[in-house]
Amino acid sequence: MQNQKDKVTASDVVIEKDKTTKEEKYNQYVKDITPTHNIFKNILNAFLVGGIICVIGQGFINLYASLGAGEELSASYGTLSLVLLSIVLTGLNIYPKIAKFGGAGTLVPITGFANSVAAPAVEFKKEGQVFGIGCKIFTIAGPVILYGILSSWVLGVIYYILMELGVV
Amino acid sequence: MEDQKITSIKMAGKQSILFANPPVILSGSSVVGKKEGEGPLGSFFDQIEEDPMFGGTSWEDAESRLMKRAAELSIEKSGYQQDEIRFIVGGDLLGQLIATSFGIADLEIPIFGVYGACSTMGESMALGAILVDGGYANKVLAVTSSHFAGAEKQFRFPLAYGNQRPLATSWTVTGSGAVIIGNGDLAAEVTSKNKKDAVVKIKGVTIGKIVDYGVKDTMNMGACMAPAAYTTISQNLKDLNVQPNYYDRIITGDLGNVGKEILIDLLKQDGYDISSNHMDCGIEIFDPNTQDTHSGGSGCGCSAVTFTGYVMQKLKRKEWKRVLFVPTGALHSTVSFNEGNPVPGIAHGIIVEAE
Repeated sequence: MQNQKDKVTASDVVIEKDKTTKEEKYNQYVKDITPTHNIFKNILNAFLVGGIICVIGQGFINLYASLGAGEELSASYGTLSLVLLSIVLTGLNIYPKIAKFGGAGTLVPITGFANSVAAPAVEFKKEGQVFGIGCKIFTIAGPVILYGILSSWVLGVIYYILMELGVV
Repeated sequence: MEDQKITSIKMAGKQSILFANPPVILSGSSVVGKKEGEGPLGSFFDQIEEDPMFGGTSWEDAESRLMKRAAELSIEKSGYQQDEIRFIVGGDLLGQLIATSFGIADLEIPIFGVYGACSTMGESMALGAILVDGGYANKVLAVTSSHFAGAEKQFRFPLAYGNQRPLATSWTVTGSGAVIIGNGDLAAEVTSKNKKDAVVKIKGVTIGKIVDYGVKDTMNMGACMAPAAYTTISQNLKDLNVQPNYYDRIITGDLGNVGKEILIDLLKQDGYDISSNHMDCGIEIFDPNTQDTHSGGSGCGCSAVTFTGYVMQKLKRKEWKRVLFVPTGALHSTVSFNEGNPVPGIAHGIIVEAE
């Protein structure tokens, strides 16, 4: 019943004279009628695809370890291999298809990051090596890189202070 | 005094124009990409190009070639020569009208470049008809285009970037539509060439306002544009003092499923029920079940090719007598959006009649 009462109708929007309230009401009305993806199905798909990517990564790590690489080195090689795989799949236009199904499952792992760098490189190649690829390769990944480095620095400073104080 | 009399005949209500000697649509052309060709309206289009690059080297080049082909085809279909076309009114979605500038240059016809986002076909046709009825031109070419890949690159993400499109998003149509608008007196010539088909005339236009209901969701263009379509259609009916059933169809450009629902709902508040005769080009052009297009088609090309391909056929065969063609545009710029602004909408109404 509560829901029914809160629901904004088209008539509420049309008769509203105040611009801000009208916009708020219209946005609420739009939200009510706009269909969305099934969240449970999306979560399940993301879990499945994300899990598979991690299993492949683990496979790489085990492979390199069995070839004699140390723990840290085989982990690095595993990451590199996933990045390479993602870039190749991006170039072949297969990665977007997996992402359409897997959603966050393909976005969160390192493969998603690699895709977000490779895709602009492919797209903007036509605009040249410098102004195309050079300037635009990080259009999507740029914020991740910038704020990733910034937050690492902030955490590093905090860690340093705590260390000096003898807390850690 | 005489001048004043003529002016008052042409102006109707607040935003509409009724032409003294309604211009004739001498021909219409539609060139589309593969996906559009596979859609429900595939058989109505003049040309379906399998190559997404249209023989070009970049998406921008592809769309320029696409537009040029549609423009040339419309001239060819009209039976007139290229140098008989006095002006072109055209536009597209790409930054600073790339497709129009580079596609049309070779035709060497004086041009007005216009931008109305996806409502550009409405704007081009309205201005074209005004030029013709005003006596400033005998034949005007109105043209517009859009390309899926070029639009994605400019407004959204690079094509190879993996993401999930929300259900309210639409799919930009790869296509270009062009019409040749001729002086009303040319109607007799058209009839003599083809006795079977009806003559299609632009009876009047309703120029739309920019309407902003504060939607900041660029993945829901239907909701951004529906208020503009509502305002224009409602004003058209008021200006002409008619009811929605005056038209066999009221045809919006690219509202999609979400926008259609909003439009019908909003118009009901003004006492107009268009649920039985409303049609949306975006909904007609793709099959959402098999083509994965979600809310429908969009882009300048969407309304343009649906009009020149499908709607013109219906009018020529007299299956429809009178339609209100309302291309809708979302005035979306990535710059204004990033600066926190909503996406306003615009819609122009073109009254088209079969005689």
